[in-house]
Amino acid sequence: MNQYPGQDIEIIDVGMMYEGSAKPAIKGINVHIKAGEFFSFLGPSGCGKTTILRLVSGFLDPTDGKILIGGKDMRGIGPNKRPTAMIFQNLALFPLMTVAENIGFGLEMRGASLAERRKKAGELLELVDLPGVENKKVNDLSGGQRQRVAIARGLAVEPSVLLLDEPLSALDLKLRQHMRTELRQINKRTGVTFIYITHDQGEALTMSDRIGVMASDGTIEQIATADHLYNNPRTAFVADFVGKNNKIKATVKTIKNGHAVVETSFGLIKGLNPQQLSSGQQAFAFVRPEVISVAGSSENSKNIITCRVKNISFEGAFVTITLDAGGEDTLFMRTHNDGSALFPAIDSEIDVSFGQHNTRLLAGRGYGHA
Amino acid sequence: MHKLIPNLSKNFGIAGSLIITGSIAFWLFGMIILPQLIMIDFSFRPFLPLNKIGGPDDIYTLKNYIVLFTNEFHRAIFIKTIWSSVLVTITALIVCYPIAFYLAKVARGTRFSLILIGLVIPYWINELLRIFAWQLILADTGVLNQLLLAMNVASDPINFRAGNGAVLLGMVYAYILFMVFPLYNAMESLDRNQIDAAHDLGASRFQIHKRIVIPHCKPGIAVGCIMTFMLAAGSIAAPQLLGSPSSFWFSQIIYTNFECANWNQGAAYAMVLTVLCLAFIFAMLKIFKVNLKEIAK
Ligand SMILES: Nc1ncnc2c1ncn2[C@@H]1O[C@H](COP(=O)(O)OP(=O)(O)O)[C@@H](O)[C@H]1O
Ligand SMILES: [Mg+2]
Repeated sequence: MNQYPGQDIEIIDVGMMYEGSAKPAIKGINVHIKAGEFFSFLGPSGCGKTTILRLVSGFLDPTDGKILIGGKDMRGIGPNKRPTAMIFQNLALFPLMTVAENIGFGLEMRGASLAERRKKAGELLELVDLPGVENKKVNDLSGGQRQRVAIARGLAVEPSVLLLDEPLSALDLKLRQHMRTELRQINKRTGVTFIYITHDQGEALTMSDRIGVMASDGTIEQIATADHLYNNPRTAFVADFVGKNNKIKATVKTIKNGHAVVETSFGLIKGLNPQQLSSGQQAFAFVRPEVISVAGSSENSKNIITCRVKNISFEGAFVTITLDAGGEDTLFMRTHNDGSALFPAIDSEIDVSFGQHNTRLLAGRGYGHA
Repeated sequence: MHKLIPNLSKNFGIAGSLIITGSIAFWLFGMIILPQLIMIDFSFRPFLPLNKIGGPDDIYTLKNYIVLFTNEFHRAIFIKTIWSSVLVTITALIVCYPIAFYLAKVARGTRFSLILIGLVIPYWINELLRIFAWQLILADTGVLNQLLLAMNVASDPINFRAGNGAVLLGMVYAYILFMVFPLYNAMESLDRNQIDAAHDLGASRFQIHKRIVIPHCKPGIAVGCIMTFMLAAGSIAAPQLLGSPSSFWFSQIIYTNFECANWNQGAAYAMVLTVLCLAFIFAMLKIFKVNLKEIAK
């Protein structure tokens, strides 16, 4: 039921310099978000995520570049005239109004009759799975219920774009996970374009069609789908920020068609060289904990390291083993619990291996060798 | 309340707590309740020569109150005082609302401090002197008239003090802070995101104030209006200094009565003024649908 067909959002070379500050909050942002897409901006706190939402919603106009919604330049058009609706970080529900009045507020501003507003409120409460609370005061609702009311209030004005500013951060873990699925469903059911911002990578990975990873300096490091980001990080920052990763200091020795051999404190390691680093350059070798396994025989093509087992942490389905390879970096290895309970003993020596194609050599701003 | 004395004696000892509760009781009874009771007693007794006080003619009567209805001049002044005080209150509200909003939600840093200082500094000098300043501005040979004459806007000095205008102006100026601060206080506590959310949902500036800011500020508006009205209705300096004979104020009648030693009449009128103010308080609470507890916040 494509009730409110979403629209494309084009963010073109956008930069924002706040009055009185020395450096821009964001710069050089280029994203084309497709109609109906669930797009997340993921980045550490203070990297400019809220700034981007305020630019799209019209509370700010960019100092550089432009923003198009549905192909139309939005410069100078205020928040009350844009086809966007914002879900605020603290929800900003109106405490003096009932749930129905909150949801009907946008329609009231457009001159809709009371009957129309009540009908819409009923429908939307149905959509967000919270029927029958029309006449309650918002302060009498639980955190998760308030969340749903805020979403219903945003959807009531039939926006093309829903902008969500870390809306789940105040909820407890279980509710948060439930709301993730819920939000995703509402996005697909309504066809509204969702722009979601979060510093929680788990949230971004599970919900989004695509994710834009931002660095602290207000730039975008990579835009990709969740699995692509996880498996093919383009910069050291993305590899480090998204998911857990072993980060090993490395210096490039030799390079050969897409691969490189690097020197580490564990000895020589072979891996992929997607950034085409040249010999002598400093970088990091990134290896996911789950691609490391106890070495079997005949694994010549893999990197093999002899380590001492420092710690074993049992997590049910998985086991994380902390390894000391004699160098300055500690390695983490994560294996599936197959039920055999055959884990290496603490302080025992084992050989672990990881494939060359699972080892990525990456450099990037802020990733020099200190 | 019932725990007050045990708590006090724990902290200050028996003697200390007796001194504290004793002085509070003295203040409450001796300084507030007793004078009021004496005034009420006075107001129900006839105005008699000294030698007849305590004699057979000294009986309780409503005479002093009835005068307000029979004396046409007094009645007119009373009604005018009410209505002018309402006018002062409304004007102050209209003037102070944007100032308070700007202070609470727009201004930052030095601009905020400058406005605040600008508002507060005049209150460092006495109310009487502040109103004197307006007299200097509005007088026939005052600053404003000289300016108008010099610019050839007026050919003769304008008598600004002829009607009620100067008195009302002086009062609005004198009581601005008592309106600004309750409003500012209320607006300060409004979450900025609520304004943004309303704007984002399509509300115009006017609609934001009507649906979000004003409902939130009701207790502040009620407090500001009550303070301004009470100060205006009881004001004596502004009508005395800025008024003309035609702009007599009810408080001036009370003052004159006390001056002529007719304390009984003065006390009755003072009671009427007190009751009027109480009525105004309850009317405001009713209109803004707030209760005393919200206001005490
Ligand atoms: N109104 C403002 N004036 C000046 N600087 C601001 C303003 N709002 C945000 N900033 C700055 O811009 C940067 C990005 O902020 P923000 O967009 O809120 O980040 P995030 O939402 O990712 O935490 C921060 O360094 C912040 O201090
Ligand atoms: Mg933020």
